[in-house]
Amino acid sequence: MSKFSSKKPKEIPAVNTASLPDIVFMLLFFFMVTTTMRDLEMLVGVLKPKATEIQKIERKDLTTYIYVGTPNNTESYGSEPRVQLDDQLGLVSDVQAFVILKREEINEKERPKFMVSIKADVNVKMGLISDIKQELRKAQALKVMYSSSPASSAEDLYRSM
Amino acid sequence: MARNKRATPEINAGSMADIAFLLLIFFLVTTTMDVDKGLAVRLPPWSEEPQDESNDIKEKNIFVVLVNANNDLLVEDDYLSIDQLRSAAKDFIDNNGDGTCEVCRGLQLPSSSDNPKKAILSMQNDRGTNYSTYVTVRNELIAAYSELRQDLALRRFGIDYTDLSDESRKEINAFYPQIISEAEPVKIGG
Repeated sequence: MSKFSSKKPKEIPAVNTASLPDIVFMLLFFFMVTTTMRDLEMLVGVLKPKATEIQKIERKDLTTYIYVGTPNNTESYGSEPRVQLDDQLGLVSDVQAFVILKREEINEKERPKFMVSIKADVNVKMGLISDIKQELRKAQALKVMYSSSPASSAEDLYRSM
Repeated sequence: MARNKRATPEINAGSMADIAFLLLIFFLVTTTMDVDKGLAVRLPPWSEEPQDESNDIKEKNIFVVLVNANNDLLVEDDYLSIDQLRSAAKDFIDNNGDGTCEVCRGLQLPSSSDNPKKAILSMQNDRGTNYSTYVTVRNELIAAYSELRQDLALRRFGIDYTDLSDESRKEINAFYPQIISEAEPVKIGG
C-alpha cells in the first residue's frame, strides 16, 4: 500500500489560469456587442410607461430622442416637467429647430427613415406632449415612437395605469 | 556565431487577464444596455388651416374614445374601464355591417362599423390626461388590431402573425388596415 502513496506529492497543485484571459475576452466581446455607448447625461427623470404592443427601434443612428420629465435638479429648474434636447433643457418651441437640425445631419438617402423617440415620464400631462407633437408635425418629423417598457401581461398594464 | 543559437524567451502572458479585465470594466462603465422599444405612431402632416369637417365618413364607422383629465374613458358614449376597451374596439372593427369582409366574424350590427376598411378608431384626450393613460389607451387600440390580425393569421395560415412572411403579412394587413386617428386635444380644465 505504501508503495503507491509515498510517491504522491502532498501539496495541492496550483489552478491553471492560462484560460482566464480567454474567458475575460469572451465577456468583453459580449458586452461590446450587446451594449451601446452612454451618450448623454440625463437632466430629467424619466420613468417610461408600460405597453404590450411595442416595437424595437431598427436604426438607433437615425433616431433622435426627446426626453420629457421632472428636472433632477429641482432647485435650479423647478418641479414642472421640462423637455431635454441633447444635453440641455429646452423649450417646446425649440423642438422644431432641434429636430430639423438633427435630420440635416443624416445622409440624405436615409432621411425618410428618420424617427423621433419621445421618452416621457408617466406623470407628464398630455398638454406638453401634444405641444411637442405639434412641433414635430411642423418639422415634418412624422415617424414617432412613444418609448415604453414591456409589460408582462395586459393585466399588469391595467394595474399600472 | 554560436550566440545566435540562444532561444528567444517566452513572452509572459500572465498580465493578459489584467489587461482584458481593464478593458471589460471600461466597457461596463461607459456603455448602457437599454434596448429602446416603444409604440410606433405616425403623425398627420401639419397644415396651417384647420381641416374642414365636411367629410363623408358615417358616424357609425367612427369609434370614439375620449379620455378626460381624470384619466376616465368615454367610449361610444359609454363609460368603460381600460380592460374593456380592447374587446370593444375588436367588436367594432370586426363588426362587418355591410357583409363585404369575408374573413370577419363580427355580429353584423347595423349600428356599428360597415367593414374593417371603413372603421376608424378615433381618440381624443384632454390636455390634463396623464401620459401613461394615453399610452395605455393607444396601446389597447393597436392591440385590438394585432389580435384580429393574429386570429386571422392562425385561421388562414395556421401560424403566428409574427412568423409570417412579408407577403402573407401584407395580405392580412389588407383585411385589417390599422386606422387610428387622433383629434387635437381639448382643454376642459386641468
